[in-house]
Amino acid sequence: MSQGRSADRLVLVHDADRPLSATESERFRSLVLPHLDAAYTFARYLTRDPAAAEDLTQDAFVRALRGFRGYAGGEAKAWLLAIVRNAFRDQLRARREDTGEPPEMADPDDPEAILMRKHSALGIRATLEQLPEPFRETLVLRELEELSYKEIAAVTAAPLGTVMSRLARAREMLAALILPAGQVGMEVRS
Amino acid sequence: MSACDRPALHALLDGELDAAHALAIETHAASCPACAAELRRLAAVREALRTGDARHPAPPALAQRIEAMIAPARAPRRVWPAGLLGAALAASLMLVIGLPILDEARFENELVAGHVRSLLAAHLTDVASSDKHTVKPWFNGKVDFSPPAPDLAQQGFPLAGGRLDYLAGKVTPALVYRRRLHVINVFVRNGGAGLAGLFPRGDGYNLAAWREGGLSFYAVSDVAAGDLAQFQADFQAATK
Repeated sequence: MSQGRSADRLVLVHDADRPLSATESERFRSLVLPHLDAAYTFARYLTRDPAAAEDLTQDAFVRALRGFRGYAGGEAKAWLLAIVRNAFRDQLRARREDTGEPPEMADPDDPEAILMRKHSALGIRATLEQLPEPFRETLVLRELEELSYKEIAAVTAAPLGTVMSRLARAREMLAALILPAGQVGMEVRS
Repeated sequence: MSACDRPALHALLDGELDAAHALAIETHAASCPACAAELRRLAAVREALRTGDARHPAPPALAQRIEAMIAPARAPRRVWPAGLLGAALAASLMLVIGLPILDEARFENELVAGHVRSLLAAHLTDVASSDKHTVKPWFNGKVDFSPPAPDLAQQGFPLAGGRLDYLAGKVTPALVYRRRLHVINVFVRNGGAGLAGLFPRGDGYNLAAWREGGLSFYAVSDVAAGDLAQFQADFQAATK
């Protein structure tokens, strides 16, 4: 859990309240704005709530605009999604301090329990929302946002090996939820 | 036979292996029923995610709020530098000369704007269907010509539906195709601006334009230029 804590904050160290110049705004518009749908999709799967996802996306864009001068190039989508995730964690932390509620982020680690609640009638969106974190975010970043392993590792502040095992686990869980019972995996069968 | 390497199956599917390693895993899977089955299963999961509309387009109101945030004090876009007089002059020149390059660039921008708008406004399709026998007749009576709507699923470009758009002062039918997670809008015009060729743009969008049977076709997408060229070739082959 302590890993990547410093990377968490990296995006915001270049904070400057000076508004972006016209050229910078134009650059933001062409580099970052095209990833609005990607940011919103990621926010939807983090929050599992449409209104909360809108708030989170907007919060992330406020941060992205403020931190844009510190954006050092590289894949803008991964940069933006990392900000979405950081904003989400900050929101969780703030809410926890407010109410003393446990964070929703880390589901009690019993992914198998999720498999018991089988809702084959649900659409793919709802089914995906049932996966526990961190498996859900890893799968969303890979399959829907099409990030590379390296980018997912950067966004989620996790080592590459962890990304790969989470992804494998997430696919395993989703397969169990959506594929016909006959198609069992190697793990399940042995 | 080499040993089963399960994590490598995922890496293979995700395009994360170098060529030599990928070949080794593929060779192994060809003779290992368990790995072959696992690969099929992983592909089925991906298929379900990518065809099941798992992505959420941002709501239009959110898109507008964020647009406004980027440059609140921004001057109206594309103001004519020489003022209205210049604009009027340019417009009248256009009438005289026909289709100058300026107009072509503006039209090209309108096409891309139409594409982006279709994705932002959660208004991708008016008629959602992968069946050309549904999409093509839907345009009847809505526009004064009948755009072809070939099914290109076999070629990897499934038809997603059709939509009416408004481009350069005309109601314009748009056909919507998918390429994996990407959307390709094909705008169809009767007659047309004489724009033809593949136009890679600096903003991440590509445009392919061609003419066929008195109609002009403009395909706009964020897929790679090569993919779009392939799409054009497949579309033309299917409508010849």
